[in-house]
Amino acid sequence: MKKFETLNSSVVPLPIENIDTDQIIPARFLKATTRDGFGDNLFRDWRFDGDNQPKPDFVMNDATYAGKILVAGKNFGCGSSREHAAWAIQDYGFDVVISSFFADIFKGNALNNGVLPIQVTEEFLEKIFASTFKNPESKLVVDLEAQTVTIQDTNESFTFEINPYKKSCLINGYDDIDYILSHRAEIEEFEKTRPYSYV
Amino acid sequence: MGKTLVEKIWDAHVVKRQEGFPDILYIDTHLIHEVTSPQAFDGLRKRNLPVFRPNQTVATADHNVPTIDQHLPIKEELSRYQVDMLSKNTSEFGVELYGLGHPYQGIVHVIGPELGITLPGKTMVCGDSHTSTHGAFGAIAFGIGTSQVEQVFATQCLLQQAPKTMKIEINGTLEKGVGAKDIVLYVISKTTAAGGTGYFVEFAGSAIRALSMEGRMTVCNMSIEMGARGGLIAPDQTTFDYVEGREFAPKGEKWEESLAYWKTLYSDEDAEFDAVLEFDAADIQPMITYGTNPGMGIGIAQNIPATESQVESERPSYKKALNYMGFADSESLIGKRVDYVFIGSCTNSRIEDLREVANFVQGKQKAPQVEVWIVPGSKQVEAQAKAEGIDNVLEAAGFILREPGCSACLGMNEDKIPAGKYCVSTSNRNFEGRQGPNARTLLASPLTAAAAAITGKITDVRELLGAEAVV
Ligand code: SF4
Repeated sequence: MKKFETLNSSVVPLPIENIDTDQIIPARFLKATTRDGFGDNLFRDWRFDGDNQPKPDFVMNDATYAGKILVAGKNFGCGSSREHAAWAIQDYGFDVVISSFFADIFKGNALNNGVLPIQVTEEFLEKIFASTFKNPESKLVVDLEAQTVTIQDTNESFTFEINPYKKSCLINGYDDIDYILSHRAEIEEFEKTRPYSYV
Repeated sequence: MGKTLVEKIWDAHVVKRQEGFPDILYIDTHLIHEVTSPQAFDGLRKRNLPVFRPNQTVATADHNVPTIDQHLPIKEELSRYQVDMLSKNTSEFGVELYGLGHPYQGIVHVIGPELGITLPGKTMVCGDSHTSTHGAFGAIAFGIGTSQVEQVFATQCLLQQAPKTMKIEINGTLEKGVGAKDIVLYVISKTTAAGGTGYFVEFAGSAIRALSMEGRMTVCNMSIEMGARGGLIAPDQTTFDYVEGREFAPKGEKWEESLAYWKTLYSDEDAEFDAVLEFDAADIQPMITYGTNPGMGIGIAQNIPATESQVESERPSYKKALNYMGFADSESLIGKRVDYVFIGSCTNSRIEDLREVANFVQGKQKAPQVEVWIVPGSKQVEAQAKAEGIDNVLEAAGFILREPGCSACLGMNEDKIPAGKYCVSTSNRNFEGRQGPNARTLLASPLTAAAAAITGKITDVRELLGAEAVV
């Protein structure tokens, strides 16, 4: 996994609530057996019409907005557990997703793929949207070490939470398997006493 | 202080708990299917690791499979490749596969319980959010992403933060025509699609106790649709009777030993939940959804809520949903045209669902303009339905029983609802495009879906049940 560094970027605003993983990557694109290329189909049915023509009113087809940070309405990533949603977001080029609320499985999937989900308050989310709509080139600074996200134009800052273990994984580019495997002897010891040793 | 059921099972599976780190949680059973496993197998190859406990891993092919002519090669190339890949991976890594043609094949959340693989007190995971279904047995069961599938392959463990706990109690008696699906759609309409996020939900109360195992699975299946990590129900005699004698269930001495353990699996009187909700079963009508998330549900006799009644910040999303569905503010759904009916999915494709549908349509005729797909959850459900003559009853009423798979629940195979068409569906998600690009999904119970298939319109099933004798 690549290491997460401090990020300074403009944002792509998507002020829609309850964006589910079926919108992020529709089921018909889940037939691949590798992790590559999902970015092309990120938000497929919002981005393209039935004839595969870009829909001009969708924000990702609007050259005004670009950047490595996706900002979306609350309850982002609900629905299916498909990790393909995190792969699509990452493959498209987003390193950070900001929302006022994330669905659990999506949050875990994002972290496991080096995409940082940042949960902010409703008010701070509104501020980000407002500054972006006012000035699409307005930048956010994400400092993972300090756990802050700052709107550069206004210098308003928000301190976000992240599990300390997950934070160190992102900063160092480790993953969970390395960590669990280092406890292999304890796992084998545990197996001798677990209730379901016979199944 | 006592412990909740979730805490009891969770704590019994913690291999290591360390300040500042998530728990290392041991997983008893890992279920896999063709869509979310190939990249995880690839990951193992890259790390040069085997599957750590292949005999605690079970595979089936369900998401991509056709529901007609399953004995023929899958026509769609990518689907065929993914299903073939599962055969290749499972044989290379020594994992049991109940693939196409196997008498145990079926939707992963239907076969686990019916084979006796799903047991009280277990920890179970699958790269699929509806793994919550297995919680009906008093297991901790939840969906995971592909990186975590790889973790479980490699270590039989997961790194997990212990969840918060919520109790949802439903007491009282359900009205005739109202069932488990209506209970859960009702609860989600009250909590919203995000109301359970971060929690494991224990369902309790007399209305839950009165449900069959099939009904309990329906309820736990959809706990993820309120955002919960999973749902579960304490095991009782109903659970034990269901499990006893199933293929992989413990037998003889092991059975007695297990039973003694299972009887300790309940939330202690003085256990504390982080949240408690209570509902009255008598308030629940047959439910139907009108929007594009499962929280957007109403009693069938009610009207769609007005946009004005929504919190201001939520109005644009609400409008977008109604617009997608082609519905107006405050209107009634009764009498609206239905184009498709889908009875199936891991929510409602078990034998009890098919019995209920067959019972209801017996002596009636399908509305000619409606296309109906009835898809059993597994080969075993299909065989049982045939043994009971359910296929003949359906046929006489103008329906056919297809072959098992996920089918139109997510439209990965050819069972897709065309753009703009309305489908009353017994599945669990009404997201935009879930059943096909621009398809419009209305979630409901098997009875409400069957009523729509008979009348060709959205119908209050209670009106069709009225004349029949109460059994
Ligand atoms: S039936 Fe639907 S919800 Fe269930 S496992 Fe299949 S795709 Fe998922």
